Amino acid sequence: MFPFHGVDFLEFDSLLSDEERLVRQTVREFVDKEVLPGIEEWNREAKFPKHLVPMMAELGFFGANLTGYGCAEMSNVEYGLIMQELERGDSGLRSFVSVQGALVMYPIHAYGSDEQKEKWLPAMQQGTAIGCFGLTEPDFGSNPGGMRTRARKDGDDFILNGEKAWITSGTIADVAVVWARTEEGIRGFLVEKGTPGFTSKDIKGKWSLRASVTSTLALQDVRVPASAMLPCAKGLKAPLSCLTQARYGIGWGAVGAAMACYNEALEYAKTRKQFDDKPIAAHQLIQAKLADMITEITKGQLLALQVGRLKDKGRAEPVHVSMLKRNNVKIALDIARAARDILGANGVADEYPIFRHMCNLESVFTYEGTHNIHTLAIGETVTGIPAYR
Amino acid sequence: MKIVVCLKQVPARDSLLRLNSAGTWIQETDISFEVNEPDIYALEEALRLKESQGGEVVVCSLGPARAQQAIKEALAKGADRALHLDDPAFANLDSFGIARAMAKALDAEKPDLIVTGLQSDDFGAAQTGVILAELMGLPHSTIIMAIEVQGSAIKVKRELEAGFFQFIEMSLPALLTIQSGINKPRYATLKGIMAAKNKPLKKLGMADLGLSAADLAPRQKFTRVYVPEKRSKTEFFEGGGKDVAAKLVDKLKNEARVL
Ligand SMILES: Cc1cc2nc3c(=O)[nH]c(=O)nc-3n(C[C@H](O)[C@H](O)[C@H](O)COP(=O)(O)OP(=O)(O)OC[C@H]3O[C@@H](n4cnc5c(N)ncnc54)[C@H](O)[C@@H]3O)c2cc1C
Repeated sequence: MFPFHGVDFLEFDSLLSDEERLVRQTVREFVDKEVLPGIEEWNREAKFPKHLVPMMAELGFFGANLTGYGCAEMSNVEYGLIMQELERGDSGLRSFVSVQGALVMYPIHAYGSDEQKEKWLPAMQQGTAIGCFGLTEPDFGSNPGGMRTRARKDGDDFILNGEKAWITSGTIADVAVVWARTEEGIRGFLVEKGTPGFTSKDIKGKWSLRASVTSTLALQDVRVPASAMLPCAKGLKAPLSCLTQARYGIGWGAVGAAMACYNEALEYAKTRKQFDDKPIAAHQLIQAKLADMITEITKGQLLALQVGRLKDKGRAEPVHVSMLKRNNVKIALDIARAARDILGANGVADEYPIFRHMCNLESVFTYEGTHNIHTLAIGETVTGIPAYR
Repeated sequence: MKIVVCLKQVPARDSLLRLNSAGTWIQETDISFEVNEPDIYALEEALRLKESQGGEVVVCSLGPARAQQAIKEALAKGADRALHLDDPAFANLDSFGIARAMAKALDAEKPDLIVTGLQSDDFGAAQTGVILAELMGLPHSTIIMAIEVQGSAIKVKRELEAGFFQFIEMSLPALLTIQSGINKPRYATLKGIMAAKNKPLKKLGMADLGLSAADLAPRQKFTRVYVPEKRSKTEFFEGGGKDVAAKLVDKLKNEARVL
């Protein structure tokens, strides 16, 4: 693996404040020192690097753009830069942080009761509690509105039944945000690990996000008190708003993965020699790939920054975030594949990070709204005609 | 204990360097900058001393506006306040000029201890700290590997050549130049970065320090900076084996200087 010194073709850094650059530097150093030396092994062994949780907590990565409860109170651009650097390390690690902050702490922060906030937010910020987000079901992915998980009122309690699939951090979570259908529409419940009837199991054999835990959750007559329901999360809008938060981070994260692949391919192409002792970077076909990569990364950075600045002004629409996620994950995946090609046979070995990023990005392409679904979201916005059905 | 850390912002390691048009320094417009590496260790030592002894850590940096990034990094890691010596007249100072400006700023601070990095990654002169100590009339010691506080004095471990060390007891106030790699520098936490926004950062120009351009006039200047020139030369020796061997040894010894 070649050392990484950032990717900045168009004086992108001049658009950042000192603080924004410092935040990026902290995470970049963390990834270089704590993540990259171990990631290929964790990936190979499908092991989540849980030992990094306390350090990430101390540095302030969890719920970094939330206010109060010990959170770092970063701007959305700073938060985005954190995600970029984490995903330059590994999409699985970034996924863990996204879920913890944007899919669990965020809904508790936005829709929870004071009691729920006090109980969970400080602990999750400090990494002493881990969360997961259960929306997807075996039969409902792109269309979560069709979910079958039910919460039935029983006196002061609710009784939950159903199954959730593809849940990041499921088996290591202390608390699950479970979305279920009730008589008054879709609601969110905080279901604690160990609640009778609530079980989880890891999904084995993933070729992607191997350093992240992905699980199924089963809920069989799980009784929770009414106080476990998020009081202000009403309807499908609530989980979708969480996804907008996480997806925004993914739009930046994908740029990080793309940068890692580009950096690797560029340095490799400059040193690898074929035909007449010439570096492969001297060939036009290789240069064309590198030129495409840096151009797309640069556009992706600017897109991420603009959405981030809009978000900081409270003006980012979900469809803006759709465009960010759709574009940046797609270009990252294309870049990973092109980088893989440039490394030849070495591109398939885990001595280099590219194949891992490439496989990871397949999941990122699918989760948090597939590429297709975001295409439809943008299409609906520009035409006014929904085309999901 | 009041500790001052002198910290310099230098071009990032592994930057793609290009020379300026005059060929007297590098072009600074398209590279990124970072805190001079030994200064990071100096800062870490200062923060640890503050944690064990109490007191205050003040960062002092001379440099253009961009140096604020380095200063903010130090504040984010835990320094309490900062002095930024910034003036158009400070643009091309040598080690002496930098030390002189700093001495003026730090005389007023009356620190118990000043730490600097051993040398800067860009100039590599290892002079600023030493000259600063002389100008302020402080005892100093260089290439420090460890600091132990003993009441109102300190005992330091100094690196010598060939794996030898020297232990020195010094009275305070004093100045130390710190070797790289002697501790594990902390990260700037995200909360630290936020907190740094509200820490005092005082800007001082030439007039504030009561100095004139003549006081700072460089005593040395760069006449030419150049990229090491690569040359490859092949030479064939004619003659018998014995002669050729002797010639080869001579060349290797006296020209290539590898024997
Ligand atoms: C590693 C990993 C981690 C995950 N973590 C979580 C998590 O923590 N929590 C959670 O709730 N979920 C999680 N998911 C689930 C993820 O959000 C879903 O996989 C995703 O929403 C897609 O759903 P699906 O897999 O059922 O695919 P489907 O919805 O079945 O889609 C299959 C294909 O059909 C396309 N398609 C579907 N509908 C349309 C349409 N109307 N028009 C055109 N094309 C369409 C899709 O774009 C896709 O190409 C995770 C997934 C993975 C892979």
